[in-house]
Amino acid sequence: MPLLEVEDLGVEFRRRGLEPFRAVDGVSFDVDPGQTVGLVGESGCGKSVTSLAIMRLLMPRGNRVTGRVSFDGTDLLRLPIRDMRDRRGRDLAMIFQDPLSSLNPVISIGLQVTEVLQRHRGMKQSAARAEARDLLDQVGIPDPDRRLKEYPHQLSGGMRQRALIAMAVACRPRLLIADEPTTALDVTIQAQILQLLGTLVRENGTALIMITHDLGVVAGLCDEVNVLYGGRIVERANRHELFATPQHPYTHGLLASIPRLDAPAGERLHPVQGSVSDNIPWTSACAFAPRCGNEVDRCRSASPELTAAPLGHGHQLRCFNPVLPDGAGVGATGGSAPVDSAGEAL
Amino acid sequence: MTQDDLFAAGEPEQPRPEPAELTERIEQLHVEGLAETDAPTEDEVAGGRASAAALSAATADAADVLLEVNDLKVHFPIKRGVVFDKTVGYVYAVDGVSLAVRRGETYGLVGESGCGKSTLGRGILRLEEPTAGQVIFDGVDVAGLAGEELRRTRRRMQMVFQDPLGSLDPRQSVESLLLEGMKAHGLTKGKIETNRELRELLSSVGLPATALRKYPHEFSGGQRQRIGIARALTVGPELIVADEPVSALDVSVQAQVINLMEDLQQERGLTYIVIAHDLAVVRHISDRVGVMYLGALVEEAPSADVYAEPLHPYTRALMSAVPVPDPVLEDTRERIILTGDLPSPANPPTGCRFHTRCPWRQETRCDTERPVLTELKPGHRVACHYATEIGSGRLKPNAEPLQLV
Amino acid sequence: MVGLTKKKERIDQLAASSATAVVDPTDVESSGGSILADAWRRLRVSPVFWIGAVIISVFVLIAIFADVIAPHDPGELLLRSQTRLARNQLAPPQPGFPLGGDQLGRDLFSRLVIGSRQTLLVGVFATLIGFTGGLILGTLAGAFGGKVDTVVMRLVDVLLSIPSLLLAISIAALFANPSQTSVIIAVSVVQIPVFARLLRGQMLAQRESDHVLAARALGVKRAPIVFRHMLPNSLSPVIVQATLVVAISIIDAAALSFLGLGSQSVKVPEWGQMLGEAQQKIDSYPHLAFWPAGCIIVVALGFTLLGESLREALDPKNRR
Repeated sequence: MPLLEVEDLGVEFRRRGLEPFRAVDGVSFDVDPGQTVGLVGESGCGKSVTSLAIMRLLMPRGNRVTGRVSFDGTDLLRLPIRDMRDRRGRDLAMIFQDPLSSLNPVISIGLQVTEVLQRHRGMKQSAARAEARDLLDQVGIPDPDRRLKEYPHQLSGGMRQRALIAMAVACRPRLLIADEPTTALDVTIQAQILQLLGTLVRENGTALIMITHDLGVVAGLCDEVNVLYGGRIVERANRHELFATPQHPYTHGLLASIPRLDAPAGERLHPVQGSVSDNIPWTSACAFAPRCGNEVDRCRSASPELTAAPLGHGHQLRCFNPVLPDGAGVGATGGSAPVDSAGEAL
Repeated sequence: MTQDDLFAAGEPEQPRPEPAELTERIEQLHVEGLAETDAPTEDEVAGGRASAAALSAATADAADVLLEVNDLKVHFPIKRGVVFDKTVGYVYAVDGVSLAVRRGETYGLVGESGCGKSTLGRGILRLEEPTAGQVIFDGVDVAGLAGEELRRTRRRMQMVFQDPLGSLDPRQSVESLLLEGMKAHGLTKGKIETNRELRELLSSVGLPATALRKYPHEFSGGQRQRIGIARALTVGPELIVADEPVSALDVSVQAQVINLMEDLQQERGLTYIVIAHDLAVVRHISDRVGVMYLGALVEEAPSADVYAEPLHPYTRALMSAVPVPDPVLEDTRERIILTGDLPSPANPPTGCRFHTRCPWRQETRCDTERPVLTELKPGHRVACHYATEIGSGRLKPNAEPLQLV
Repeated sequence: MVGLTKKKERIDQLAASSATAVVDPTDVESSGGSILADAWRRLRVSPVFWIGAVIISVFVLIAIFADVIAPHDPGELLLRSQTRLARNQLAPPQPGFPLGGDQLGRDLFSRLVIGSRQTLLVGVFATLIGFTGGLILGTLAGAFGGKVDTVVMRLVDVLLSIPSLLLAISIAALFANPSQTSVIIAVSVVQIPVFARLLRGQMLAQRESDHVLAARALGVKRAPIVFRHMLPNSLSPVIVQATLVVAISIIDAAALSFLGLGSQSVKVPEWGQMLGEAQQKIDSYPHLAFWPAGCIIVVALGFTLLGESLREALDPKNRR
């Protein structure tokens, strides 16, 4: 049984003087214990908002959250806020992109970690102190005794992120949500942090939701990958399938736009046209249609559903005219392709 | 003071010190106790002295070189004091960089935050005052220019910024942003002619002519970067220094801007220096890549070689750390995880700057003697005492004390 | 968990911004796209702005049409006959004299109405002079930096170290015959360092900004960089400060008049002066103090509200 089931999650921003905007539009996915699930997409695709909605960290004012987030059988969205607060940190923890602003600048690292331990695990001061030391040691912070007394600004970016991870895993949460945890870090430090996260997941059996824009990070870390666009999942597969046979034009385009370190030099990139601001709402069309080079008439008049992809096992797709490798049979050239591979959706 | 400081600081017109003279100087260093290790051999001395002029002569026709940087240093004073500021130290942001860029090529500078790559770019454009060294642009030392002369030279070397919104004045329409540089250099012709030129320019960067009357905040990130590029082009530069031109953009938009920059280079014969932290981007767009660490170049190579056979331990680590969107490769490839963080550029390590994190570090030599950039293969320079040994596999990485979990 | 609130705030902004990013295309066209239009869109829905704007408009209209509104000459002792100071008796409100008479039998209402002019003049002119002075000093310091900056800023620090009212009193006391002009000068000089410091800080931040660097890289000369890029982008907080300074100046000027350092003219009433006169009899006739004090407070409040709402609207953090 999955640890976390997100069903038809929707988040609508309502702001004074603006039309309501659906940031997350019917997102569903499961996370098994010990599994790493990736949410990938560009800015504005709703990946961060999804995680905040799961943690119930969106302001109740101006944001309407719908759907069901069931964690170990309990619907988190319907939990009294007091119970939810208890679960945060204990059952579910989160790591953010900017480690400096996520730490309290005027409290020592040691106090910030022990605070979590005292609150959620009811530990005594001295026991918490010892545990905090062990935690810092565990996340690879050298000389933890000295670091415990230091303040966030005295630590480097990588060390701060480690300290945050230490706080997040302090209570052995069963689910860890990492929101772009390495985006603010240098590549060599990023490699350290990704290695650390991988180890934590493997050894503690923690489930991890990895939110990132970097397909490279996903390729190395995630078991299952969800590609988001305009607030909906457009493609879902395990990582080997996704990178071997990407079928949604958007995923395809993303992969073609990334310069690869191992590609022959001078190879031209094939970017997705336009930008995220060219989105259209999902209501009666495919939101990606204006940027898609593969669209057919139906893409503009009907909204595709997430259904089984023509290729692969458990590979799901939200597209009327997927991109298929040559010789796969289905009309890959686009334009007048008569076969709708996702036709049964309607 | 290190050896290459001594040797590379001279003007290129001056006769090079004779080898005898060099040995003398080195002996002097020994006397002063500055160079404690075994004396460098003749070869190493020659390598240490290799100014950018010498190296460019080896790699390209001298006439082809548009920009030559000789032992450039940019140090920032650290000031303290309540009433009067007192200099208590320096941040050695750029500390002795020599390189040459050929006309029409793209030179990529890569390194992590704090390695001085941006400062180097700004130092080349004289947007940051160099502490020492030369920046010879088309035969003229830009570092020695001042006032009106410098201002007029700026027309020929332009910059593209990382933050497309921050680098565009929010209160200026696109039209006035584009006109500004032209006016400053008296390049505007008639009103109609200028307007036609601007429209052409906009269409060459992929923006509609209606953009002229709009303001920067009305555009998306990628479009803003196109405006930034168009602005740099208004004055008809030969060299463009692009500082992280795509790192603030979404992945799909990054590729659009990279392609645009490549097209513009083709059409206009531009020379680029592209500065970025993303090795994949730099390697893709550049002909040659220079890897920087703590204010100095540690390796310079044709971009294909950087990935195929990195020679410097730092470059190797950097390469192995860049995630590749390919799970099979990710699962199998060798990873060099560096321990620790970047040392402070205000207090750089002695000897080889990288020795504090280097998995191949050797006793005594690495932490006492600063390696100089030496050409190991044609066009491939590296600053490591043991590059050959590491490359051939004769030197194995030190077993690191178990650092994680 | 630490840091969550911060993230929440960020997300709320993000929410707002991503929402606009999508609704945008039509929106921008209609707004004309300039930053002022953007600020106006936010001002329009701000109740604080409207309250401030209404107060100030009413006040300005009264000042302009004071001659028409005031039923009587403020200097004439029309109600002399009803005033018995010895018996603590003042003229009560009566038809034609809505607030009754003051201690000399002049029409209180007319004096308040005509007095609004002086108050407005002091507020506006003191602010203008302070603003201009601050603009010059701040621009000098911010544009040149280095030694110029040090000299200007030490001067400003010296001025700032003296309590502002004390400084204003000292300056006003320098004039042989106190007048409206001396009050304006005294009040405005006090504001110069405030403006200068604020502007200088903004200018220095602009100097480091990428778009100024971009202009330098283009080879644009210093003057256009200062006046086209640095100054216009530094002004928003200074303009906000100006609205707040109008309120401060009105209060300061009232204080000076109250202390007898203001206009001595009996013919031209002024709220601070009225308050000063009322103080002597405040036990017996508190209403003589109440009305001018109330007017000063309301007007100052109006400008403060306007300033605050402007600050909010022009805040770059609110801008997408």
